Amino acid sequence: MTVPLPVFVVLPLAAAFMLPLFGKKGKSAATLLANLVTIGLVVMAVSTIGQSRTYEIGRWSIPLGINLVLDGLSCLLLLAVSVVSAAAMLFSTRYMEQYTAKSKYLCLFMLMVTGMNGVVLSGDIFNLFVFLEIASIASYALVGFGCEHEELEASFKYMVLGSIASMFVLFAVALVYGNTGTLNMAYISRTIGTNGMNLGLTFAMGLFIAGFGLKAALVPFHAWLPDAHPSAPAPISAMLSGVLIKALGVYALTRILFNIFGISVAVGWVIITLAVLSMVCGALLALGQWDFKRLLAYSSISQVGYVVLGLGLGALIIAKGGNTAVASLAILGGLLHLLNHAVYKSLLFLNSGSIEMATGTRQLKEMGGLAEKMPYTRATCAIASASIAGVPPLSGFWSKLIIVIAAIQAEYYWIAAVVVGVSVCTLIMYLKAHRYVFLGELPENLKDVKENKGSMLLAMSLLAVLCVVMGLLVLVKPLKTNVLEPAVKVVMDGPDYSANIIAQK
Amino acid sequence: MPYALCFLLFVIGLYCAVVKKNMVKIVVGILVMEYAVNLFLIMLGYRSEGVAPIVDKSYLTEGGGIADAFLSHAVDPLPQALVLTAIVISLGSLALMISICIRTYEKYGTFDITEIRRLKG
Amino acid sequence: MNGMTIIVKTISSWVKVLIFLFGIYIVLFGHLTPGGGFAGGVILASSYVLLMLAFGRKFAEKNLSLGTASRFDCAGALLFMAVALFGLFYGAASFFYNYLQQEVEAGHETALRLASAGTIPLSNIAIGIKVGASLFLVILTLSMFRPESSAGEKE
Repeated sequence: MTVPLPVFVVLPLAAAFMLPLFGKKGKSAATLLANLVTIGLVVMAVSTIGQSRTYEIGRWSIPLGINLVLDGLSCLLLLAVSVVSAAAMLFSTRYMEQYTAKSKYLCLFMLMVTGMNGVVLSGDIFNLFVFLEIASIASYALVGFGCEHEELEASFKYMVLGSIASMFVLFAVALVYGNTGTLNMAYISRTIGTNGMNLGLTFAMGLFIAGFGLKAALVPFHAWLPDAHPSAPAPISAMLSGVLIKALGVYALTRILFNIFGISVAVGWVIITLAVLSMVCGALLALGQWDFKRLLAYSSISQVGYVVLGLGLGALIIAKGGNTAVASLAILGGLLHLLNHAVYKSLLFLNSGSIEMATGTRQLKEMGGLAEKMPYTRATCAIASASIAGVPPLSGFWSKLIIVIAAIQAEYYWIAAVVVGVSVCTLIMYLKAHRYVFLGELPENLKDVKENKGSMLLAMSLLAVLCVVMGLLVLVKPLKTNVLEPAVKVVMDGPDYSANIIAQK
Repeated sequence: MPYALCFLLFVIGLYCAVVKKNMVKIVVGILVMEYAVNLFLIMLGYRSEGVAPIVDKSYLTEGGGIADAFLSHAVDPLPQALVLTAIVISLGSLALMISICIRTYEKYGTFDITEIRRLKG
Repeated sequence: MNGMTIIVKTISSWVKVLIFLFGIYIVLFGHLTPGGGFAGGVILASSYVLLMLAFGRKFAEKNLSLGTASRFDCAGALLFMAVALFGLFYGAASFFYNYLQQEVEAGHETALRLASAGTIPLSNIAIGIKVGASLFLVILTLSMFRPESSAGEKE
């Protein structure tokens, strides 16, 4: 079945505006509707695997109209967004009972999903900016949802930095419009291809890297993430860390740099520098944390560095005219790591939410010995930690291996050494977290914690199964050619994106 | 030349958002940045000796087309639509920022960001 | 918050109707003159804000309560999406398709009239309702914050 592309945006948006109508009495009906919508999005995202089409809104053909584009990269990200949002929504049916105003939470959650779907599908840069803002504003409100002291402070910091980033992006969009005369991505790419880059466009590219880099939490733009992600409610932390920083940050950066502007050697080195800084700083800063969710947040910074490193390595090799097989291998590693990280980081945040709901604390020093009280949480946390640290045969191992192999084949040995070193740091930090939370002895006040059952358990087990199984995405040939290869091809083709879109007009 | 002044306004707003210590002043700095970008967008569409892009009865030709004299003189209407959207987005963002400022004042009792520092490390 | 003096109350009770009417004019003629959904919606909201400033928040809340404004808000958004959705069922089957568009026939000009430009006036009306309701909701909620109040709307 072919789903018309606007349905991905219209369905959560309609749900977002129907949910506040339920009020206080229809809370369970509202939750059921929200769950059905997210599961429907998963089904629709799976049905788009392997397709590549465009959709013109209102039958106005480009460049006069706005179009939505679905190609391999968008399909990969749609899958990630829908799976993580379905799991987070399942989890929040039990978890959000602690808060009042649950219908507003559901409405904001649906708006965030709308924004992310819109960013991933958009074929027009101003449309991308509008959906970026929808998702960002919904996430600012969700971070400060329970209005405690720290949550408001974190939300304010996140909001100020996020608004500055959005202003950079809007300024860059204005510069691009002024220099090329069109807003459609395919036509901009074609104009830049024929006319070349001038000073205004180079400045716009710098502003794009700064703006989207802040959304993706690359060092030195990472200052908001360690405060925002711990303070949000657990399913929102899972969504933020799992998909928001990737759909708004990494995807947008990839689309702009590879498909619209075209990469050069300087840009490749800038991306690799940012990525290596993120990996190293994130891992080192995470080692000293005693708050469980803050540790996970710093680890997110370093893992996003992995993703951008894979993409940057591929960019550098393409720009230098090197071996395209090695470049596509690096990009494959980066994109696979994006998928993997979405799954296991959201699983880790859901685990931390389950622990927090049971024990009421997030500090590692106050926990201990929860292994016999919460066996399911312990099992899923162990699977996720092993996966993120790169233990074979779980999913994280394969993506790190591919990035290391690509770095060695491209003869950048120092990059491979940094990747292995940061993996060891990741292993250390998760061993520390595991030991303090689950092993050791049980403190007095936690003697009667119980395991969380029901929908929370279901969501965590689903993600854990995915963790184990996703290694098959690389090993099993049909999955690799249908899911990963089209995404890699879109990134590798670069400026050919515009020729494809205009040919489909 | 006017574009450079727009950029100067943008930098002033950025300075204000980064350096000031009062929360409300930071919000005002972000607003100034938004105004600068909106101004830049509108100025992009300007055409010298232009007329407003509003079609009137006198510009319609026989057969339902629009007169060429109008088309060659009208200012570009696309940046105006973009700016309308950007203004509405900044309205929503501003409402959220102000409500967070109010709630923070309730909890901490001050607007000074150097004293709102419970999250460290 | 309390209201203002008797002069302000009298004048504003006459003027608010005119402001509301002006807002409706800006919304309806959005496809012919500058304005449209957003600008008209802001003017519609400002008539209710004038009511709130002149008479006090409690009076304005009795006039258009939080729940009602919230429902108008959702209704406006759903109406906009319904207008866009019906484009699927006509002819070329696409979202936002202007299915009420009328061609210009010789001797029977339909351009530049109030009932022209297809679905654009309908979208404008929906957006006008939504923006008006949500802006009034925002200002009402912001004015409800008091230092000693506990649970408010978590917005």
